[in-house]
Amino acid sequence: MIVDLPDTTTSGISKSLVKLREEGGAVALGRVLTLIIASEEATAEEAIEAANEASREHPMRVIVLVTDAAETDAEPRLDAEIRVGGDAGASEVIMLRPHGEVASDEQSLVMGLLLPDAPVVVWWPGSAPDVPGSSPLGRIAQRRITDASARAADPQQALVSCARTYTPGDADFAWTRVTLWRAQLAAVLDQPPFENITRVEVSGSLDSPSTTLLAAWLHLALQAPTQYALTDDAHPQGIQGVRLFRGDDSIDLVRMSSGIATLTQPGQPPHEVALQRRSLRDCLADELRRLDPDELYGEVITAGLAGLDAPEPITTGALA
Amino acid sequence: MNPSDVTPTHNPLRSPADYRLNRIAGPSALIIFGVTGDLSRKKLMPAVYDLANRGLLPPGFGLVGFARRDWEDQDFATIVHDSVKQYARTEFREEVWEQLSQGIRFVSGSFDDDEAFENLKTTLEELDRERGTMGNHAFYLSIPPKAFPEVTEQLRRSGLAQDTPGQWRRVVIEKPFGHDLKSARELNEVVGSVFPQDSVFRIDHYLGKETVQNILALRFANQLYEPIWNTNYVDHVQITMAEDIGVGGRAGYYDGIGAARDVIQNHLLQLLALTAMEEPISFKASDLRAEKEKILAAVRLPEDLSTVTARGQYAGGWQGGEKVLGFLEEDGMSPESTTETYAAVKLEIGTRRWAGVPFYLRAGKRLGRRVTEIAVVFKRAPQQLFANSQTAQLGQNALVIRVQPDEGVTIRFGSKVPGAGMQVRDVTMDFGYGHAFTEASPEAYERLILDVLLGEPPLFPRHEEVELSWKILDPIEEYWEKAGGPLDQYSPGSWGPTSADELLARDGRTWRRP
Repeated sequence: MIVDLPDTTTSGISKSLVKLREEGGAVALGRVLTLIIASEEATAEEAIEAANEASREHPMRVIVLVTDAAETDAEPRLDAEIRVGGDAGASEVIMLRPHGEVASDEQSLVMGLLLPDAPVVVWWPGSAPDVPGSSPLGRIAQRRITDASARAADPQQALVSCARTYTPGDADFAWTRVTLWRAQLAAVLDQPPFENITRVEVSGSLDSPSTTLLAAWLHLALQAPTQYALTDDAHPQGIQGVRLFRGDDSIDLVRMSSGIATLTQPGQPPHEVALQRRSLRDCLADELRRLDPDELYGEVITAGLAGLDAPEPITTGALA
Repeated sequence: MNPSDVTPTHNPLRSPADYRLNRIAGPSALIIFGVTGDLSRKKLMPAVYDLANRGLLPPGFGLVGFARRDWEDQDFATIVHDSVKQYARTEFREEVWEQLSQGIRFVSGSFDDDEAFENLKTTLEELDRERGTMGNHAFYLSIPPKAFPEVTEQLRRSGLAQDTPGQWRRVVIEKPFGHDLKSARELNEVVGSVFPQDSVFRIDHYLGKETVQNILALRFANQLYEPIWNTNYVDHVQITMAEDIGVGGRAGYYDGIGAARDVIQNHLLQLLALTAMEEPISFKASDLRAEKEKILAAVRLPEDLSTVTARGQYAGGWQGGEKVLGFLEEDGMSPESTTETYAAVKLEIGTRRWAGVPFYLRAGKRLGRRVTEIAVVFKRAPQQLFANSQTAQLGQNALVIRVQPDEGVTIRFGSKVPGAGMQVRDVTMDFGYGHAFTEASPEAYERLILDVLLGEPPLFPRHEEVELSWKILDPIEEYWEKAGGPLDQYSPGSWGPTSADELLARDGRTWRRP
């Protein structure tokens, strides 16, 4: 069900929510967090869809703040929309469209709509404030999620910005997307032979900040010389492959098309591993699973990234 | 720059600060005996696929079926495929299936066929070579206990159970773990003669359920409950496991076993142990089991068993719009059978925490609805302030852990009825897993199979626990056997025989309607 509330206020929205709950039964009980999505109109629906799906795992209240640059001389006005039931998955969605000067104070717009006592997560699916941690919405949130691959025209530059402004509680989907890769690589080192990794190569596409983060993490954890290459051919897959050297032997994890990767290591038959690119819904659900600061991400984005040399072509045979 | 050390105990890619990485099982093969059974089709094979789909199985994984069927690998793969499509929890993805199916093998033969076990050995060696399962094998015995001696002996004879450094062999067995103390010990000796104790994984799928593991979180992570979790505040505890179906096609298996052996001995006593035990000093298997064993050893049966036990059989009749057969009329059932389909017992725990708090356990078939729950019922508060008429509708406070279905926790307490005057009535506060967390919580078997492959034993009962629960149950079974039949009949869809109600009435209590 979608309820339109043109020209309203935050308290008007609250009243409608209570009324909806009384009429429709306990729709808003058992919510575990408030998710604020600060998005432009064009990307909002995709984000809401991901949130609705993730809400099956994390029932939540979703507040969508449409941030299209409103003409400042427009008539100040707040339009809102409430979605519950089939239109909102297991969540309830409140869409806020501020016009004119109303848009100038983001914090006051959402403050009255936050769930009592529940954690607040803010997600910028597209462009994000320069310093998320000290932005008006970022300050009231436990977790702040950005997406370096969509945040700016140059995703690699966006990473640098994440590093410069890192505040505990920051998170970025570029990091969430490498979890499956990291899990496979960590599992390889769980098995014999237990020998040190002496060199690392990582390759991926230029528009994939995840490749850079994966290299930074490997470098930080393994303390081995790490080379990474970013190619600008329109490889759609983001990360292309990782090669871990033990002396002359190497362990290769290389992704081919259609989300299948091949794991090759000495003394073992090659294995195929399902390693598809993670969907927005997966990334969001994963991010919401833990609401305390991701310390490892903090370390990788700051120390890890800083310790990494500039990308350079890999010379020891193609990794793709 | 010196590279980080990689050792068997230190993986530099795993850090305590890294909460995203799941542990993936190491290279291994799962060999299922009794692969044509219902459990295997409906639970085990789908759980294996779900694990693969969640990325928790290693790339080098093999699934081997063993049964007396004239199948090729691909016939078995088709069976697995169909059961996955029908019963898997997660969506079907072709690329995951493709990868899993490469490791599927089938070995045809009966348990007395030496050659079949040689074939199995060859197949496993091939898997080790072709798929990189590295000689790690878990044998899942989804077969009747009477076949255990034969199969374990074959595994020993063919060298499949042979312990080899750097590789592991594990065996998984399902309930029933015997039918009394003596047979449980014999069974344990049979399995123990081939596999060392810490390689034996006894599956009680209840312990893999999220709601059961949540008992530990509810009790020990919160400040709210533990202070009142004792005889000062608790009046009694009711643990119920009810099914709305009858024995149906399992009549032959069920005859001679009955509700107490089938359910109370394992599931309900495990729930009792988790509800009543002291706080373990860690989640390590040995610490957890130590507390459970202490509480099971402290369970006492009152002397006169006639006043603290009740049993019955479901009669035929109409149940919820369906005409059903009585237990004694079921196909293949002896009309003189004294096997109970409903059992209720009152147990006491002699510890300081629980002295004077009875634990009522009941289990049955063809009851009102399918439900498993633990109800902790508190003593009534002094009602000096309220007149009797004002609190007539107020019962005792209760905390109910709903194990299944509709998993969650309910607290029942009194609240003022709105309006003039002071009337107090029972209301509930509800926590539903489905509301607060995921509808995507893993199946018990997923968790348990993964734990077997990882070699994590905390959720598996040890032989000592099995022995202790038989020590509780054996005197009751002996008493019932002496008392003989015929048993009380109860109408299908009811909540059991009147003798069960009388059991609580003697203590001035009533059963909750779950």
